[in-house]
Amino acid sequence: MQAVKYARAGSVEEAVSLLQDGGDGARPLAGGTDVIVQARERTRDIDLFVDIKHIPEVVGISHGDDGSLTIGAATPCYQIYGDETIAANFPILVDSTSLIGGTAIQGRASLGGNLCNSSPAADGIPSLIVLEAQVEIAGPNGRRTVAVEDFCTAPGRNVLESGEFAVSLHFPAPAEGSGARFLRFIPRNEMDIAVTNAATQLRLDGDGNVTWARVSVGAVAPTPLLVSEAADAIVGQPLSEETIAAAAAASSAAAIPITDMRGSIRQRVHLAGVLTERTIRQAAERAA
Amino acid sequence: MASEHIVVNCTINGEQQVFLANERDSLLEALRDRIGLTGAKEGCNNGNCGACCVNMDGRIVNSCLVMAAECEGSEIRTVEGLASGDQLSPLQNAFLEQAALQCGICTPGFLVAAEALLEQNPDPSEHEIRYWLAGNLCRCTGYDKIIKAVQQAAGQSVV
Repeated sequence: MQAVKYARAGSVEEAVSLLQDGGDGARPLAGGTDVIVQARERTRDIDLFVDIKHIPEVVGISHGDDGSLTIGAATPCYQIYGDETIAANFPILVDSTSLIGGTAIQGRASLGGNLCNSSPAADGIPSLIVLEAQVEIAGPNGRRTVAVEDFCTAPGRNVLESGEFAVSLHFPAPAEGSGARFLRFIPRNEMDIAVTNAATQLRLDGDGNVTWARVSVGAVAPTPLLVSEAADAIVGQPLSEETIAAAAAASSAAAIPITDMRGSIRQRVHLAGVLTERTIRQAAERAA
Repeated sequence: MASEHIVVNCTINGEQQVFLANERDSLLEALRDRIGLTGAKEGCNNGNCGACCVNMDGRIVNSCLVMAAECEGSEIRTVEGLASGDQLSPLQNAFLEQAALQCGICTPGFLVAAEALLEQNPDPSEHEIRYWLAGNLCRCTGYDKIIKAVQQAAGQSVV
C-alpha cells in the first residue's frame, strides 16, 4: 500500500476543502472497492483518502412525492437493491447493483463510486444513462449537475475537476408505461467484469407504440455509450422483429471495442447487438 | 507523505478494542498484524476471493478492502467470534461433518459469509446459498460440500 493518509469528512464543505488541499493525490473514499485496490497496486497515485460516507447527504435514498429518486453517491449497493420502492419503480437499478461484485463487495460498493471509477465496463453506468440520471457534484466553486452520459471522458477519467466529488444521483420519475432492463454478458454467472453490457429504457403507449427510448452499451468503447441510433430504430411504432433487429444493428455499429483477455472485438460487437435486443424485449415486458 | 500511527476504537467479537494501526493498514492487516486475530486470511488482496471476509456493522465485507481507520466506532465480527469457548457453532460443526474444507484457507471467509446469510435468511435455497457465496472462492474442496454444510446448518436434509 502506498503511504496513504485517511481523513473523515463530516460535511460536503469539509470534504471539498480536504480534497482541494490534498491536490492530485487526494481521492474520495466511498466503498473503497476500486480505490483501495488502486492505491495498493499503485495503478493510481493516491496519498490521501477523504472518507465521504459520514456526510448525511452522500449516503441514503430518498423518494420524491412526484416519484423521482435521489441516491447518495456513496450509498452501498445492498441498500439500493434492498429498497422496496426502488425494486418496484426502478428495477433496473436492482439489475445493476445486484451484479456488481459479490455479496461482500455489495456491502460497500456504491453507484457513485462505480460512476466515478469511470470504467468502460462499469455495470452501473448504462442503467444510469438510460434512466436519464443526473449526478450532483460539489467542488470549490459550489455545486453543478452533469448528465451521466456526459460524465465519463476516457477509461478511468471523467469531468470531475480538482477538489470536486459526486454527492448524489438524481433520477426523474419513470413516465407512465415505462420499462427498463440491464443485462451483462460474462462467462460465468456472477463475480466477473462485463465482456459487454447494455441497458434499455422505453415507453409504450396504450396502443403498444414505443414513444420514447434510450439504449446504452458498455465495454465496447472508451466510455459507456448512449446509442441514440438504436433508440431511433424502435421509436414511433410498435416493437417488431424488424425494429428490434435494426436497433441491435445500430448498437453493433456504434461499438468500437478492443480485444483483451475478456473478449475480442468481434465478440463484443456481436454482444452489443444481442444485449440490445434482449434488453429491449425485457424492458418492454416490464413496461407492459 | 509519511503515514502515521492512528488509534482505532471499535468492537471486535463483542469486546471493546482500542488498537494502534498504521494509517495505511487495511482492516485485514490490522486484524492479523496488530490485533493478532489471524483467522481472516489474505488470498488475493484485491476483493476477488473472499478469504478475508469479516462482518462489519452487520454486513459482510472483504477486510482487505476496508481501511483500518474506517473502523472507528464500528462493530466487527470475525471467524474467531463464531465459537463459544471450545463449543463450535452449528455452522462450524456442519463444515466438519460435511468435510467442507481441505486446505482451510478459504474456510474462515466461507464461515463468516454463510453465518451472515443464515442470520438474515434462515432457510435459504441452494440457489440463494450459491449466489450469496459467489464472492468466496475455494480451490480444493469444491463447492458442493460447502453448500451441503450450509444446508445442514440451516436444518435442511442433506443427501
